[in-house]
Amino acid sequence: MGIEELNKKLNAFITLGEMARLRWGFGEVKVAVKDNFCTKGMLTTAASKILSNFIPPYDATVVEKVKKAGQIIIGKTNMDAFAHGSSTETSDYGVVKNPWDLTRVAGGSSGGSAAAVAAGMCDWALGSETAGSIRGPAAWCGVVGLKPTYGRVSRYGLIAMCSSTDCPGPIADSVEKVRRAYEIIKGVDPKDATTQEGKERQEGIGGRGGIKGLKIGLPKEYFMDSAQKRVNETVLEAARVLEKLGATLIEVKTMEPKYAIAVYTVIQRSEVSSNLARMDGVRFGLNREAFNEENMRRIMLGTHTLQSGYYDAYYKKAQHARTLIIKDFEKLFSRVDLLLSPTMPSVAPKIGVTSGQAMYGEMADVLSEASSLAGLPAISVPCGFVENLPVGMQLIGPKWNEELILKIAQEFEEKTDWHERKPNIAISG
Amino acid sequence: MKMDNKKFSPIIGLEVHVELATKSKMFCGCPAQHFGKMPNTQTCPVCLGLPGALPVPNKKAIEWTIMLALALDCHINLESHFDRKSYFYPDLPKGYQITQYERPFGYEGEVRIRNYELSKTKTILDTARMTKTIRIRRVHLEEDTGKLQHQDRETLIDFNRSGVPLVEIVTEPDFRSIEEVDQYLKKLQRIIRYIGISNADMEKGSMRLEPSISMREMRGMREMGDLPNYRVELKNINSFKFVRKALEYEIKRQTEALRNGETLKQETRGYDSIKNLTFPQRGKEEAHDYRYFPEPDIPPIRMSNEQLAIIQSMIPELPDQKCERFQKDYGLSYYQANILTEEEETADTYEEIVKEIWKMVENKKSGLDEIIVANLMINKKFDWRKETAQEVVQRILTSRRTIAVDEKELEKIVQKVLAENSKAVADYKGGKIGVLGFLIGNIRKIFPNIRPEKIEEVIVKYVQKM
Repeated sequence: MGIEELNKKLNAFITLGEMARLRWGFGEVKVAVKDNFCTKGMLTTAASKILSNFIPPYDATVVEKVKKAGQIIIGKTNMDAFAHGSSTETSDYGVVKNPWDLTRVAGGSSGGSAAAVAAGMCDWALGSETAGSIRGPAAWCGVVGLKPTYGRVSRYGLIAMCSSTDCPGPIADSVEKVRRAYEIIKGVDPKDATTQEGKERQEGIGGRGGIKGLKIGLPKEYFMDSAQKRVNETVLEAARVLEKLGATLIEVKTMEPKYAIAVYTVIQRSEVSSNLARMDGVRFGLNREAFNEENMRRIMLGTHTLQSGYYDAYYKKAQHARTLIIKDFEKLFSRVDLLLSPTMPSVAPKIGVTSGQAMYGEMADVLSEASSLAGLPAISVPCGFVENLPVGMQLIGPKWNEELILKIAQEFEEKTDWHERKPNIAISG
Repeated sequence: MKMDNKKFSPIIGLEVHVELATKSKMFCGCPAQHFGKMPNTQTCPVCLGLPGALPVPNKKAIEWTIMLALALDCHINLESHFDRKSYFYPDLPKGYQITQYERPFGYEGEVRIRNYELSKTKTILDTARMTKTIRIRRVHLEEDTGKLQHQDRETLIDFNRSGVPLVEIVTEPDFRSIEEVDQYLKKLQRIIRYIGISNADMEKGSMRLEPSISMREMRGMREMGDLPNYRVELKNINSFKFVRKALEYEIKRQTEALRNGETLKQETRGYDSIKNLTFPQRGKEEAHDYRYFPEPDIPPIRMSNEQLAIIQSMIPELPDQKCERFQKDYGLSYYQANILTEEEETADTYEEIVKEIWKMVENKKSGLDEIIVANLMINKKFDWRKETAQEVVQRILTSRRTIAVDEKELEKIVQKVLAENSKAVADYKGGKIGVLGFLIGNIRKIFPNIRPEKIEEVIVKYVQKM
């Protein structure tokens, strides 16, 4: 099946460029870019009607880097409109179907990017994560997704959602490909004042380098009772693979992830309401009437939490609580090298099953929100199947320790073959 | 009961915005110099507020803001940050302005001006020493908005000005007269130009003014009660002359309203310079909720004491200090020193010339040459911009008259003049201070090189005996 035909089935791309149709040249790397990254001269919609005619006059820094590396951008992938969701059901351009089961969602908000990778439509894809938006769809589509440390990769040109947690990151079907993509896009950018150099910590807790002696913390609060049957076990089985390789698994106690939901919701909505204020239809795009319901819901809530009289009780308090979350992780990382848990508490749900549940996205991302608020790096790797649908395992590292989690993820991948399984629906020829 | 005879006195606070003369805008690399440029030719994704654009602060703008804050005697927040101020307006592309709310770079400073209130009842000698302190509430940094242009039924927006760095200087409502406002503005302008951070030109819009004024009842010389519970903010004032006129109009308008028993409310009024009146614009934004929160795209700014010291050392000798020093080092009067230090260039030229003279003449610091040069420059007797210091010195030496100030001679003449002008003397003793100027003037015709203060001293001495 050609890429266009495949896209009709999956709806992974909003825009397919000319380069998409060409046959794979030797050594050419084809990249799909989530549609919230500005691409010069190429339609950039963030999956919203408001930007349905927005052609940016500039490239996002990460896009520039991809081009400079000689890689080819084949199109812009579908997502939840303005990244407001965890399934792509809020896209103004239709939902993205999961390549493993077309009646199910691909996850979000980087659903299009994850589906494109899983279906073999590109070599790797650029996604972005505010809380769970790279890891979640990667888990549900059975591919690898890396959310770098906040500040490791430039946000210049990424249509802002939650300025203090947004992270661009790569999605691919192997850890090695993810690593190579990460090397290309990372780095301090003079156009983004929040990027930093960030050094990896040299002294691990379990001794230097390698998986032998590595201390892996399993936070019991992340193996929730309410998780879907067999998801927790699948991840625990995967953890034992690392144990067999020489790591030590330690059960740790962490702050209840559900508190992070409240903190995250308040902070994210507040910053969203501010970041979307520029969509007024004066200089570009359509005016505010084109916001969809989920967009409006978030803007309204975020405006409320910043209002004088409510600011102290909501936004300010949430930021204070955020510090406690950060400290909780610091405490954990003084005892273990990294944390391991399921990426999502379930496998991909059926399309439409969550409509009417306004907080669905936040509930699904419960295992990502705390680490996103703390700006930590995390990676999701495929580690099994439940009901024939992919399950993802996430590794969360201390700040700036992408190298560590990439290395351990690689060791896991080499010892397993989950990543070799592909969905039946895939590109051919 | 008739309210006609109630007296009111103005209470004025000033908010001044100054465009910094940096090369680039506040948060992007576009040129900041926008005056007279073709519309929308100096923009980029950042200052246009395009999706995905991010602000990166201009280091020089921050340094200059702190320099100004230091020059205004402010406390400096060593840890500071930017905030977002949200409101919707077509000239504000992001829907929020990046400014400072919670922790401005400078706070609690002061500016001393000459106190005209007291000067009315004292002689010239005393007014030089009479100062009033205007408290500076805060000095902070923010970005400018675009410019709207209304024509027919359309409004056009020019974003060249969007993102230009602005320093905002806010005073406490310490002004009690228009003269004080005028003094403060001139002094502030002078300091800003001395430091070299802006042209501070009201006509070109690089210095903008928003006075807030309310009227408070007076019983005799006493002000009644707390500060009034309203204030009127005036906008669209772009020259010193219009500041006066607008405030004069407001004082009259508010006084009449209060005398009629009206309750005045918080409001913003625009000034119409053609009709010379103020008109209501919109309710004062005290009630407006700007939903301030810290700018997440810009990390907090932390400064060490060492860095602060470096910025402090960048501040040149300020007008006040120079004026004092000129009086001390060159024996000039306050009046002379004040004029010479109006502009840094003039002051520097003066010093250059005097130092040349000292080099060439044996008896340094004759007390006379310094004054001669001062008077020549003040009275614009030569274009010192065209001549070199040496040329000027030659001029002076060739035309120099040795005038030995004979105290006795002076006293004789003073007595003579006083005797010839008995009416003037009587007026002066009756309270007409201005007559003093007339008397001094007469005597200076004979002794042009003697300081007016010295003459006044002698006159006063003799008048008291008469």
